[in-house]
Amino acid sequence: MSINLPELEGTEAAVALPTGRRHSRVPGLDAIRATSGFQRGMLVAGALIVLFFTVVAVFAKLIAPYGFNDDRHGGKVFGRLVAPSSQHWMGTTSGGEDVYSRVVFGAQTAMEVIVLAVLLSIVVGVPLGLLSGYFGGWLDRVLVLVTDALFAFPSLLLAIIVSIAIAGGSSSATGGILSAAISITVVYVPQYFRVVRNATVAAREEPYVEAARTLGASPLAIMTRYIFGNVVQTVPVIATLNAGDAILTLAGLGFLGYGIDPSAGAEWGHDLSKAISDTSNGIWWTGVYPGVAIALLVVGVTLVGESLNDVLNPLLRTTRLKQVVLPSRRTGEPTQESA
Amino acid sequence: MATATKSSSGSLRTYLITRLLLVIPMVWILVTLVFFVLRVVGDPIQSAFGGRLSPADIAVRRHAAGLDKPLLSQYWHYLVGVTHGDFGTSLTDNTRISHILIVNGAATLELTFWAVLVAIAVGVPLGRVAARYRDRLPDVGLRLFAVLAYAVPVFFLGLLLKLLFATNLTWFYASGRASPNVEIAINNVAPNTHIYIINAIQYGNVSDIWDVLRHTVLPAITLGMLVAGVFLRLVRVNLLQTMRADYVEAARARGVPERRVIRKHAFRNALIPVVTVMGLQVATLLGGAVLTETTFEWQGLGYKIAYYLSRQDYVAVQGIVAAVAVIVALTSFLIDVAAAVIDPRVRY
Amino acid sequence: MSAPVVDVRDMRVWYAGPSGPVQAVDGVTFALRQGEVLGLVGESGSGKSTLGRGLMGLVPRGAAIDGSIEFDGRDLLSLPKKERGRVRGAGMGLIFQEPMTRLDPLMKVSKHFTEVLKVHEPKLSKDEARIRALDALRSLGIPPTRYDNYPHEFSGGMRQRIMIALALVLRPKFIVADEPTTALDVLVEAQILRILADIRERYAPAILLITHNLGIVAEACDRVAVMYAGRIVEQGPVRDIFATPRHPYTRALLNSTISLSTRELHSIPGAPPDLVRPPTACRFHPRCEHVMRVCADVFPPTVRVDRQEAECWLLATDRIDAAGRAPLSRQEVPVADEA
Repeated sequence: MSINLPELEGTEAAVALPTGRRHSRVPGLDAIRATSGFQRGMLVAGALIVLFFTVVAVFAKLIAPYGFNDDRHGGKVFGRLVAPSSQHWMGTTSGGEDVYSRVVFGAQTAMEVIVLAVLLSIVVGVPLGLLSGYFGGWLDRVLVLVTDALFAFPSLLLAIIVSIAIAGGSSSATGGILSAAISITVVYVPQYFRVVRNATVAAREEPYVEAARTLGASPLAIMTRYIFGNVVQTVPVIATLNAGDAILTLAGLGFLGYGIDPSAGAEWGHDLSKAISDTSNGIWWTGVYPGVAIALLVVGVTLVGESLNDVLNPLLRTTRLKQVVLPSRRTGEPTQESA
Repeated sequence: MATATKSSSGSLRTYLITRLLLVIPMVWILVTLVFFVLRVVGDPIQSAFGGRLSPADIAVRRHAAGLDKPLLSQYWHYLVGVTHGDFGTSLTDNTRISHILIVNGAATLELTFWAVLVAIAVGVPLGRVAARYRDRLPDVGLRLFAVLAYAVPVFFLGLLLKLLFATNLTWFYASGRASPNVEIAINNVAPNTHIYIINAIQYGNVSDIWDVLRHTVLPAITLGMLVAGVFLRLVRVNLLQTMRADYVEAARARGVPERRVIRKHAFRNALIPVVTVMGLQVATLLGGAVLTETTFEWQGLGYKIAYYLSRQDYVAVQGIVAAVAVIVALTSFLIDVAAAVIDPRVRY
Repeated sequence: MSAPVVDVRDMRVWYAGPSGPVQAVDGVTFALRQGEVLGLVGESGSGKSTLGRGLMGLVPRGAAIDGSIEFDGRDLLSLPKKERGRVRGAGMGLIFQEPMTRLDPLMKVSKHFTEVLKVHEPKLSKDEARIRALDALRSLGIPPTRYDNYPHEFSGGMRQRIMIALALVLRPKFIVADEPTTALDVLVEAQILRILADIRERYAPAILLITHNLGIVAEACDRVAVMYAGRIVEQGPVRDIFATPRHPYTRALLNSTISLSTRELHSIPGAPPDLVRPPTACRFHPRCEHVMRVCADVFPPTVRVDRQEAECWLLATDRIDAAGRAPLSRQEVPVADEA
């Protein structure tokens, strides 16, 4: 089993061919320049969606009309399960909160958790992969075995178990952004580890690394200066694709009653779990809006990740070849002649 | 060339044995991890009954469950149990996990079977279309569809389907595996498989079969879509690769019609890596099953996990999760074996 | 003299490249009679393989083909697609360069045979098909016991013989052999060449033998066509051309081969041209040691000398005025190129 990221077609190939090519200071621009047509459209659309949610998350307090837990405003109770109206654009929940405000604050929660989780998994996974791949030995073998086992396991269950452990059996410590991020981190560390480790193992045998070693460069210098630069190119792709997956994991946790505590922040998955029972009465607004928010954000992040993957992986890059139209024959074309 | 054949069939055996040997540490690592991580939480009896039972009662239960022994001895006991298929007994309702595995495991098996069927029925033909119209409009649309199929959370798709096809159109049922009277009836068949569609067929009443199917459609689609997008992309990518393969060009050069070239040569060869990657989808499917089953109150393993989680019965959670680890490891082993057997290069 | 089996006139095959149409085959004319073997030689990238594929109608997506290919009295390029497919395989067979990857790994050898026979001769019974296939295999030295084996169970040389048997089983009148021995070792090469000679005697098809090995041409061919940058620059009987090459490129090519009498190695200065923007007029002029002004301006005529035909101004100096006859030094060539 070598391809373990079904979402990342051909990442292995991209990893196996470190080009040593330097990117410009603004990686986004580089990526856009390298695409064309549909791929560029995908990248731009994805980036716009992500940007939109980032703005909503940052300015949540200004955008949302009410607090995420408010069931009344100025002493006036909203009422439960009120249909969308000019007062409540997206209606109210069974707890009497404004759905629109909860969706907006949900964006904030999601963004915070995801950014934190992705950073944490990179900080843990990348150095671990570098060390393991460079030094090899029994530690490498054990780590590979453990991460393989974790990887084969349903990620949601893994996240749940870790989040139970962090909660320490009591609900008071649960529910923070950090603990949710840590639960998710555990799921994604193995992915960075694998990719970085495999790339490091490959890079270790490269002539330029060998040359550096013969010249007496220290392992630290080799890893940071020669291997890291090449290996790190694939990290943005994995990070974006994982971020999309992490949003789904967070929502899954929330749906099952884990992750963010309802009093600590609005969370889309949690709201959807409450909305399931509303469907039998034909009430759609409590579930549809947070659901659309999740789907849209994941689509945005995934589009960005996939386009980056395509860009880094020339095998997948679209080169649309134009149908050849033969010009009419050259004038003065030689005809058969005998001397 | 008999000798060559013999030695390479030996290599298949070696492959199978090494692959099987990988299952053991994998299961061991996961079971160990789950055991210790859940014990970090503290005493499971305390979390399940704390505040509801007197300290004396808790002590009695703790002793009965062997939880007053040293942690390592508990671990050893548990590990020995797992090797015998004994995953413990739930604290809150005193049910043996092995019993849950049979009854609710059958439900999950039934659901995932239908889901895989949906995923294949959707993903494979669409993947072929996408490959055929590479980089043209149908391909672009299908790639977006695959992204969307992946991006829509399982429970949200479930919610939408319920709203549309159960609440509004009332074509299908929104929850459960069968209507209550049907459920009672078909659970009375002689060898009770706990797989409702088989039970219903055994029972022989067409309206019961219909009832079971109408309960199955929405959860199966919901879970199936989770991997349909993955199948679509896999088929597309592999087909694009095999359509460029040398043997495909050679078949064209022999005048084999294009349709047959694609069907018999490109497509068949493209399926081998698809089968391999399917092994990796087992974990995705089981994770998705937890959410699907919760959404549709489908009483499978995932439903049970969520149920025991909500009651903070971590002994039951630990038992089921450990069993899931075993299932995942064994299934991916079996799929790897299947992939190896399909490919004549490995088979011989 | 009988009518030619294959009569190609002014065929062009341009395929789509990332930077524009590649003029891989740009106006070639040749003919092949029954039982005749024509060797097609040239450097890699000169369009030999594209020419072979073009004859078979196997051009990549986006490519364009024109001129006329008359086969067995019919113009293939004006045939409907379906009938064109029927000619492929049944009328003309293609033998490939790399036998290792040309057989479907999931199909038994027997299935390869039954497939082509079913496609082209649907009236054949199963037993008849089996007999035909086993006959073809036996004539190439593959024992019937191996009929139900998978491709990977055969060596490279055996696979090439199976590929040839697969082409022969339909008894085509014309065979394109595209570097059939390049990927094989010397002993197997000799074996395959013997088989080709054997086929000539037994079935007498017309064979286009594409190769870059002049030794093979000398040994196995009746006539030879020399290809340079998409054009056949010289063709004629092997003996004549080897004895008195008329085109400067043919001369250079013959000079660059190693034989027992070789005292020093000659190479042709410069590199094969970019076929997206080929040189003006005579395509060889930038590398030709006899280049004249006219070579860069006017397309050279095809001149017949005895039984040879060559496309060169040196053979038609009487038709050039004094200005055109002025020598052009190689340094001036890029300037001429731009003009």
